[in-house]
Parts: sequence; structure tokens; C-alpha cells
Amino acid sequence: MTEKLVVRHLSAWFGKTRALRDINLGIAANRVTAIIGPSGCGKSTLVRCLNRMHEVVPGARAEGEVMLDGEDIYAPTVDPVDVRRRIGMVFQKATPFPTMSVQDNVAAGLTLNGASLSRIERDRIVEQSLRRAALWEEVRDRLNRPGTSLSGGQQQRLCVARALAVEPEIILMDEPCSALDPISTARIEELLLELKESYTIVIVTHNMQQAARTADFTTFMYAGDLIEFGETKQIFTNPSRRETEDYITGRFG
Amino acid sequence: MDTTQPQHTNRQYEEELRGLRTGLIKMGGLVESQIAEAIEALIERDTARARATIARDAEVNRMDVENDELSIRLLALHQPAASDLRFITTSLKITTDLERIGDNAVNICERVLELNEEPQLKPYIDIPRMATIAQSMVKDSVDAFMRDDPDLAEEVVDRDDEVDALNYQIYRELLSYMVEDPSSISRATRILFVSKNLERVADHATNIAEMVVYMVKGRTIRHTEKKHHP
Repeated sequence: MTEKLVVRHLSAWFGKTRALRDINLGIAANRVTAIIGPSGCGKSTLVRCLNRMHEVVPGARAEGEVMLDGEDIYAPTVDPVDVRRRIGMVFQKATPFPTMSVQDNVAAGLTLNGASLSRIERDRIVEQSLRRAALWEEVRDRLNRPGTSLSGGQQQRLCVARALAVEPEIILMDEPCSALDPISTARIEELLLELKESYTIVIVTHNMQQAARTADFTTFMYAGDLIEFGETKQIFTNPSRRETEDYITGRFG
Repeated sequence: MDTTQPQHTNRQYEEELRGLRTGLIKMGGLVESQIAEAIEALIERDTARARATIARDAEVNRMDVENDELSIRLLALHQPAASDLRFITTSLKITTDLERIGDNAVNICERVLELNEEPQLKPYIDIPRMATIAQSMVKDSVDAFMRDDPDLAEEVVDRDDEVDALNYQIYRELLSYMVEDPSSISRATRILFVSKNLERVADHATNIAEMVVYMVKGRTIRHTEKKHHP
């Protein structure tokens, strides 16, 4: 199995507070990797380091290497904007641009990247992205309605479509279902399984059952350390570290 | 559920897991005594004791249903993982094996009732030996479960060969009785059933022991080596 992303000796800080301590991790291509752990363990910081979003917070910095297809995304010659195009992100709360229509939301990334597209080309990408995000059938008749007119679950899939429109290689998802009902959650989870055919996916989740259902690999983090990484099946039936065992069986604190 | 681990944050869950463990240990104690009673009834030709043992099987069955329901409830309501998951799935299997051991005791008692209608064919020598080993296997497999002790469980698995060998020996001996005197056939066949039931008891104890190894270590030892079953 090829590793799409390789994290080496990654540490991160917010000011003087160290949020990540010497993380080493390989993210397999075309697989779903879940990151679980209690609040404040550094899981969101870790994914935000994977597409150089961590450094946009004032006072935040990261050290170490994140190799994308063998090239360090933290090398001085690398443009973070290019990294973020190749490694897309979907956030906890659906964030459609409030003033934009459904289709403008999908195309927003393309426009912001400065691409000049013909009307036909743009429509093709919008449709393809919405189809891949399993939203097309539900919104094809209201492409010109505001993005915020959609339901919460649809808005989250709209954000997935927006991330897909710029044709990223990796999609990072930070708690993508925490604000969704079980049906919308199931749709997103089903979508993950479809998307991994074409993309590499990293998902941060508080919902351990979600990690168990969707991820091929699971990483357990605690207090800024990566405690255990392994196949999801092994982590949930027979973890090798006591800390993992205690967390997933509900024996914490 | 490793007994040395810290307690669950959810107290209700913790208590239900303990309840399941206690339920299985109690059931183990009862089926162990059912086997002992059945063999006593055979040796003492005690019809009343055989009937009482058969009647007590209802209690074994009730415990089986209880353990089953509690396991399913825990699975449905708490989405157990890791050692808890292995404990609950193991409990579901163990309760079935214990229930079957209870049925084996009943089968032996039914043969005792029939045997007591006729004079005794022969003094029992190997059957009590076999019963002693099979009972110790039941006891130790349940103890291994209670104490999370995979070493004791592996010893139980090893002991199964002795029981199989005795079963084969009894079969050959009874065969010679039947060849010599066809009027012994009905009694000899019933004693054969007793022997076969004890052999099954040892097999169920072996299953329990193998599950305990899985529960504690997360490693499957079932069906990994060819076993001798005459």
C-alpha cells in the first residue's frame, strides 16, 4: 500500500503551548484514516498541519516534515495555497458562502484560484462535483437558490462538493458530522466510502462508532502524543496500548 | 473486561458488565454440580437423584436466557469495544456451552433411569475417572474465565485428549461385552451414551477455555491444530 502523506517528527505550538509532540504517521492512499482522542488531544491541530492551515492562527507554528508524494509541504519553496488546493478541507460546521447560490458555492474554489473558465466548463465541474458529493439529484432544480437554503446535511455535502471542485488529492474532514442528524451522518459516511476510490481521506471524529464504521486505519491521540496507530479492526477489538483500550471502552477520567 | 482495569465512567455499564460476569460464574457452578450429581446417580443407581437433576435443568436454561439477554442488551446500548467487546461476545458463546453441558447432564440422567430398570452390567471404573477429568475441565474453564487466566485455560484444552482416550477405551470395552453377550447390548449402549455425553462435556469445557484465551489475549486458538476425536 502506498502512503500518500508521511508525517515525520511533527510538533506544533500555539504560542508557548505545545499542541503536538513528535508525531510520526503514514496516511495510506485511497483509504480513510480516522483520528480519535479526547477534546484537546491535538487531533484537529494535526489535520490542520497536514494542509498548512495551522500556521494561519496568530502565534501558531509547526516543526517537522509532512511529505506529500515524497515532497515536504513545509519546504520554503512550497506555496501554501498550492498545498491547500491539493489537500482540501471540510469543517465541523457547514460553511457555505451565505451570499452565494448553490452553484456559485461549488465553483467558489475555482474562481478564488483565479481560473478563468467557460460557462460550459464551469457547469460541467459544478455538476460533476455535486454528483461526487451525492448531492446532485437533490439540488439540480435549485442551483440558483442560496447555499444556505439547503438543510444542514445538504450544506455539509455542498462543502464537500466545493472541496472536490478544485480536484484535490486528499480531503481532510474535521468532525464533519457533529452537527448532523443520524440520516445525514449516514449519507456522509456512505459518501466517504465512495470518495476513497478516488481520494485519500483523513477524518477527525469524536464519534468512535463513526471511526469504526468508516475508517480503514485509526489513530488514537492523547495530550499531544500519537499513542497508537493501526488497522481500525485491530484498534477496536484488540488495541495494543492500555491508553487506547481505556479510551475506547469508556474508562477515561 | 479485565478485572484489573480502571472502572468505566458510566457506572450503569460497569455494573451490568459485572452482573454478566457473576451470572456466568453462577451458571458455571450449577452445571458443574449437575454433572457431579448425574455421575453420582449413575454410580449409586439413585433414581430419585437422577430425576431431581433433570428437574434442575430448568434453572440452567433460565440462567442461559438471562445471560443471553444481558449480553444483547449490553451490545445494543453501549457499543462495547476492545476488551469489553471480547468479554461480551465470549459470554454469549460461553453461556451456550454451559447450557449444553447442562443438557449433557440431563442426557446422562435419562440413561441412568433406564439403566436402573435392569441389573448393573459391570462395575464402573473408567466412567468415574472420565467424569472427574471432565468436571475439573468445566470448573477450571469457568475459573479461567473468572480470573482472566489464559494459562489455566490452555491447560484445560490440553486435558481434552485424556477424556477422548478414555471414551475410546470405554467404547472398546463395551464392544467386547456386546460381542460376547448380546443380552448386554441395551445396557452397554446406554453406558456408551453416558461416556459420549461426558466426552461432549469435555469438548464444551474446551470451547469455553479457548474463548477465554481469545477474550484475554485477543488471539484465536480454536481450530488451529488437528484434534483427536475417536
